[in-house]
Amino acid sequence: MSKVHVELNVNGQPEEVLCEPQQSLLDLLRDELHLTGTKEGCGTGDCGACTVLMDERLVCSCLVLAPEANGKKVVTVEGIADQNGLHVVQQKLLEHAALQCGVCTPGFVVAAKALLDKNPDPDETTIRYWLAGNLCRCTGYDKIIRAVQDAAQELKATTTS
Amino acid sequence: MAEAVREFTAIGTRPIRPDGVEKVTGKANFGADFSLPGMLYGKVLRSPYAHARVKGIDLSEAKAMEGVFSVITSADFPKENPSDMSCNILAREKVLYHGHALAAVAARSQSIAEEAINSIKVEYEVLQPVLSADAALAEDAPLVDENLRTNGDESFMPSNVAATVHYERGDVDKGFEKADYIVEEEYRIPSAHQGYIEPHACVADVNEKGRASVWCCTQGAFEVRNYISEVLQKKISDIKVTPSEIGGGFGGKTVVYVEPVAVRLSELAGRPVKMVMNREEVFRATGPCSATVCRVKVGANKDGIITAAKAWMAYEAGAFPGSPVTPGCMSIFAPYDLKNFVIDGLDVLVNKPKVAAYRAPGAPQSMHAMESAVDELARKLNMDPIDLRLKNAADEGTEAPYGPKYPAIGLVECLKAAKVHPNYVNKPAKDVGRGVAVGFWFNIGMQSSAEIWVAPNGAVTIMEGSPDIGGSRASMCLMAAETLGIPYDSINAVIGDTESTGFCNLTGGSRTTFATGLAVVRACEDVIAECKRRAAMTWDLDTEQVDWENGFAVPRPGVNIEAEPLSFAELAKTAGRTGGPLVGRASVNAQGAGACFSVNWTDVTVDRDTGKVDVQAFTAVQDAGRAIHPSYVEGQMQGGAVQGIGWALNEEYIYDDNGVLENASFLDYRIPVASDVPMIDCQIVEVPNPSHPYGVRGVGETPIVAPLAATANAVREVLGFRINDLPMSPPRVLEALDNAS
Repeated sequence: MSKVHVELNVNGQPEEVLCEPQQSLLDLLRDELHLTGTKEGCGTGDCGACTVLMDERLVCSCLVLAPEANGKKVVTVEGIADQNGLHVVQQKLLEHAALQCGVCTPGFVVAAKALLDKNPDPDETTIRYWLAGNLCRCTGYDKIIRAVQDAAQELKATTTS
Repeated sequence: MAEAVREFTAIGTRPIRPDGVEKVTGKANFGADFSLPGMLYGKVLRSPYAHARVKGIDLSEAKAMEGVFSVITSADFPKENPSDMSCNILAREKVLYHGHALAAVAARSQSIAEEAINSIKVEYEVLQPVLSADAALAEDAPLVDENLRTNGDESFMPSNVAATVHYERGDVDKGFEKADYIVEEEYRIPSAHQGYIEPHACVADVNEKGRASVWCCTQGAFEVRNYISEVLQKKISDIKVTPSEIGGGFGGKTVVYVEPVAVRLSELAGRPVKMVMNREEVFRATGPCSATVCRVKVGANKDGIITAAKAWMAYEAGAFPGSPVTPGCMSIFAPYDLKNFVIDGLDVLVNKPKVAAYRAPGAPQSMHAMESAVDELARKLNMDPIDLRLKNAADEGTEAPYGPKYPAIGLVECLKAAKVHPNYVNKPAKDVGRGVAVGFWFNIGMQSSAEIWVAPNGAVTIMEGSPDIGGSRASMCLMAAETLGIPYDSINAVIGDTESTGFCNLTGGSRTTFATGLAVVRACEDVIAECKRRAAMTWDLDTEQVDWENGFAVPRPGVNIEAEPLSFAELAKTAGRTGGPLVGRASVNAQGAGACFSVNWTDVTVDRDTGKVDVQAFTAVQDAGRAIHPSYVEGQMQGGAVQGIGWALNEEYIYDDNGVLENASFLDYRIPVASDVPMIDCQIVEVPNPSHPYGVRGVGETPIVAPLAATANAVREVLGFRINDLPMSPPRVLEALDNAS
């Protein structure tokens, strides 16, 4: 089977990849670009561990065919922190001990940041439903929700001050 | 509430874990994240039948395929006396469950590997599967294993009962005669899966001299080394196992499935081989927990004293012996001081995947039965369920149903804390039901070792061997900070491979903070002894004349010398001149793990049109002995609570009549999501464990035990009648409502 040429932007960098037509965006990120921060928990779009932003939309990268990402702008967990350090969502997840094994964390980081970019003042129910596509088996979600609430507070404080 | 006086500087604080940054930025390497140049991809062929004789396997097409490097079956494993694990990893004469592996290939790409697997032709003689304990125990039931005799006793005829368990004390018949109220019920729970988010994954690389290097996600690298050694009959010194970060285990990663297969494929291919299970394989072929049937009879007099209790339980083991029916039997009455009881248990083979440990293995099912029955007793007695439990609670000195006398335990303290907790004092609203239950787990100690390496600037590296599944590196660093008297931030904990750290049993049995923690404390004490020796040398004193106080060597009071205290950092800086680098080491076989008890209660509503149960509130009170990092203790309590809620309300393995699992995906096997549950309120009780220098008792497993019955008891309160079987999923609740009306 001949390979497909895919050009896309990942975390601000232009990338060119030759991939098999049946490969997923997740495979492209992990196997071709070696960005293994995005995890595969199910391969069927049910667990959210592979959550990335594609053209500013949250997607399960396991459900996107790599050729579909041609010309798209993709942000993965590796693109959330910047030169100034961790994003406030990452910092708050750490402060609240909101991860145990940590394998679902990359998906939660990407999804929670996307929520706060869109809605700076979400209530608990909004956070719970927004993150309902991300499975965590360790924490019971309590500390994750609190971390996101705290991150929202801090973002609000820094933007108003 | 007034802030208690803090005995400790580091212990009990909540710093950020040392491995945190890597885990929120995607840099931490989990099982599937490791690769080697020239690596091949391994895939497994799985049985389409739950029970069949393998008449022949034709591998010729797969072997001839371009890009295929090796193809194996059990014929490529050592032939003599294969262990159950070996036969589970690659089937021999019979396939014993749907999804049972029977061949594997290694190929240049995943797609070629898949094509090769699909080209393998197997001839089966399909046999009748045995799909439940009831069916397995029936007369004339087909035999899962024609050679299996109960308890290995050759005088028995072959059967599906692998083992029997029996405990008794006193005279139950007389005990029941004294009872004014008796509850007798049967409770059934299907299999549930551990549901770790990371599938099993490994890379194996065998060199030209047969030395195997394995990278994998596991709860215990040394156990993986032993299992590979047993299955492949390789020397342990020819196997090196490097544990990756682990994406959840809950007991399911205490055994191996793909690792020996990858080693053998690599050996034959002469190249590294990577194997990663997909989620469907995880559901179909890795350890769920036992499906169970438990019958309980319990009687109490009018004062609420339990006069007798009787239990019978059958635990499905899957296709090979080894269900946790023994801990199921040992735990069922563990919270109670009972004079008269009988407990019987059966380990039963069925044509389903071999069960694996799942958090407090065996206890959630049996204790769901007892805690449901005790709830019914409280109703008959018109007594508060916590008061009834307080009247019968085990305490220090109580003879546990499984034998030994309890040392200091925290059940009574947890019950008393629950009784006055605002969440308990506030009564639930109308149409909201509250259910209470207690939880218990034994905990284990076992072997651990640790080394402490001190850098010239006083920074400390802890080298240990317990895979960090929930923040244990932070706990190790806190205990080291407390013991050495140095800042937490100057300490890092590293999890070694099997050739860079001393032997360490797996992360399981709630043992890590207790046993590996003990090894870390002892290794720190070893460093302190050396620091005192160096200071004594500096001051020209005997070592006995030097004390260690808050990170400083000081002359013992009364020693007549003018000397400035020597800090840990100074001693580290000058170590090159005083005898060489500072190191410490310790190894332990930790005894006295200390049982852990909990009390949980939950408030629920039931939608009578849809049958959906909503958990409105949940509170967990648990004895931690001493909470080293309280946030991670709460994390165990909260995570266990939600796993238990999932088990109570939704999670179950659903099989068709042929033994094919019908819900082998996270879409259909639905674990709780964030919008399903409320915040989980926690109260940590601290009744120090006398066998640990800081009083630690394990906290990881107990949290999943009580939620099953707490939820069932809450649903009972709302509905006005009990649903004995789990899960209380919407269809089951609707059916129960229909039957009741």
